[in-house]
Amino acid sequence: MSSDNNDENRRDFLMVAAGSFTAVGGACALWPLIDQMNPDASAKALATVEVDLSPIKDGQAITIMWRGKPVFIRKRTADEIKEAKDVDVADLPDPQDDGDRVKNDEWLVLIGICTHLGCIPSGQKTGDNSGEYGGWFCPCHGSHYDTSGRIRKGPAPRNLEVPPYAFVTDTKIKIG
Amino acid sequence: MSDHSSSYEPSNGFTRWLDERLPIMRLMHGQFIDFPTPRNLNYLWTFGAILTFCLMVQIITGIILAMHYVPHGMHAWSSVEHIMRDVNWGDLIRYTHAVGASMFFLAAYIHMFRGLYYGSYKSPREILWILGVMIILCMIMTAFMGYSLVWGQMSFWAVTVITNLFTAIPVVGESITQWIWGGYSVGDPTLNRLLSLHYLFPFIIAALVGLHIWALHVVGSNNPVGVEAKTPKDSVSFFPFYVIKDGFAVIVFALLFAWFVFYAPNYLGHSDNFNEANPLQTPPHIVPEWYFLPFYAILRAIPDKLLGVIAMVAAICVLFVIPWLDTSKVRSTSYRPLYKPFFWLFVITCLALGYLGAKAPEGYYLLASQLFTAYYFIHFLVVMPLIGMIETPKQLPDSIAEDVLEDTSEAEKA
Repeated sequence: MSSDNNDENRRDFLMVAAGSFTAVGGACALWPLIDQMNPDASAKALATVEVDLSPIKDGQAITIMWRGKPVFIRKRTADEIKEAKDVDVADLPDPQDDGDRVKNDEWLVLIGICTHLGCIPSGQKTGDNSGEYGGWFCPCHGSHYDTSGRIRKGPAPRNLEVPPYAFVTDTKIKIG
Repeated sequence: MSDHSSSYEPSNGFTRWLDERLPIMRLMHGQFIDFPTPRNLNYLWTFGAILTFCLMVQIITGIILAMHYVPHGMHAWSSVEHIMRDVNWGDLIRYTHAVGASMFFLAAYIHMFRGLYYGSYKSPREILWILGVMIILCMIMTAFMGYSLVWGQMSFWAVTVITNLFTAIPVVGESITQWIWGGYSVGDPTLNRLLSLHYLFPFIIAALVGLHIWALHVVGSNNPVGVEAKTPKDSVSFFPFYVIKDGFAVIVFALLFAWFVFYAPNYLGHSDNFNEANPLQTPPHIVPEWYFLPFYAILRAIPDKLLGVIAMVAAICVLFVIPWLDTSKVRSTSYRPLYKPFFWLFVITCLALGYLGAKAPEGYYLLASQLFTAYYFIHFLVVMPLIGMIETPKQLPDSIAEDVLEDTSEAEKA
């Protein structure tokens, strides 16, 4: 009797062990098949871009590409800076002080992709619809951004993202 | 239905030899020749055959297009133009494929509304219905991926907007989206995998269609009266009666199909897709193809990103559970006086959402899409369970034969 029981326990153990081993092995084999879809080495390699800011005049904006995404660089006028600073931060959908979004009040650097569904907001060129708050307006689903790139009205959940960047000299920045 | 005894008689030595080894002829004979089918089916029941035709057209034209298409960001657009201008019959084949997608959805939507009106999702056809919902889900994904391959402006921004829906998922949304893209934005790797999956999905659909037909042939077709076939008098054999009827319907449908292909191939498309994809410029107004407009209207009706995405997904997924949401004992809406106006209100809701999906989400348009979105869900979640409980349906005929034969005797008198 007791030897039968032992045999059964041994068999249960073997079943469970074999089952778990197969499950772990299967999961390990699956991972490369899933991970191959993640950004590859060549996509990760496109790390940094340097931009010369000297030709940009007050109130002018340029768009450059970084990692396949548009980056907006805008030299803000005194009025635009004042507008961005005077806002009561507590009233914003995504509260953030203008000071936390720039390294130098004159220069606003943003990833030019609407945080709603990834469209490119308009407002870079003079004459573009720049929305009710003088920053950018996304034509896809009607999000309005202010002169600090903060979401003010519409379906977008977050402010326009600020990419990692640093001033190399007074008139040159490195993004990434 | 599947257990009726086979009347198949192998006609020669070869078929007798085959029948003893692989009874495939016997199977086909039982399922598509003397399969008993309710005698009262109307033309709305021909859409199964029409949809099979559409799937075959899409697979054949699609395999051919893939022989000439180049899935690369630099070449995709020009390879499509190459198909249109240089490849022998390329314009005809591509237009057939593009119009074919619209025709496929037109037929699928009619087929679905038929099922909704006649209660074809009710017991014992729940699995049949669920397989159908899985097919429409796969069709939606396939059509979306195929549209992106053109790599025009509307293609590119449709991919951008739709893949960005995944960023609405809390915490892991960003990583999932980059995993789908294979980069930090929609680009070459994205286009390649979209082609790979666009080629795969029709075969998944074909497999699901096989299961759908299998499930249909276990429980048998529903019919306009919604009373199950009981005696041999209620049914006729599939061949020749429904083969001829389905064949005729396919031909009429093919006329409409051909009219679009030859006279208005671009009518259902969007002019922005005649511009090559430009990742630095969003078109002023992004709209999907007509067959996605109702869902797009639902997405935009809700001013919160995550909730909008959830509502859009729920609009399709709610269909999975309607066999259990509808509490009525009677299948056919023809016998449901209280439910009938609500059914047509639901049809109007879907059409209205389609209209609103093409408009800018502002002012009255936004308000209207919110109201219709609300009714879309109220219909399934409130109207369906409630009316089934309080309604007194009309008297059902005892059998299909009684219903049909009564009609003819009245017609003869008049």
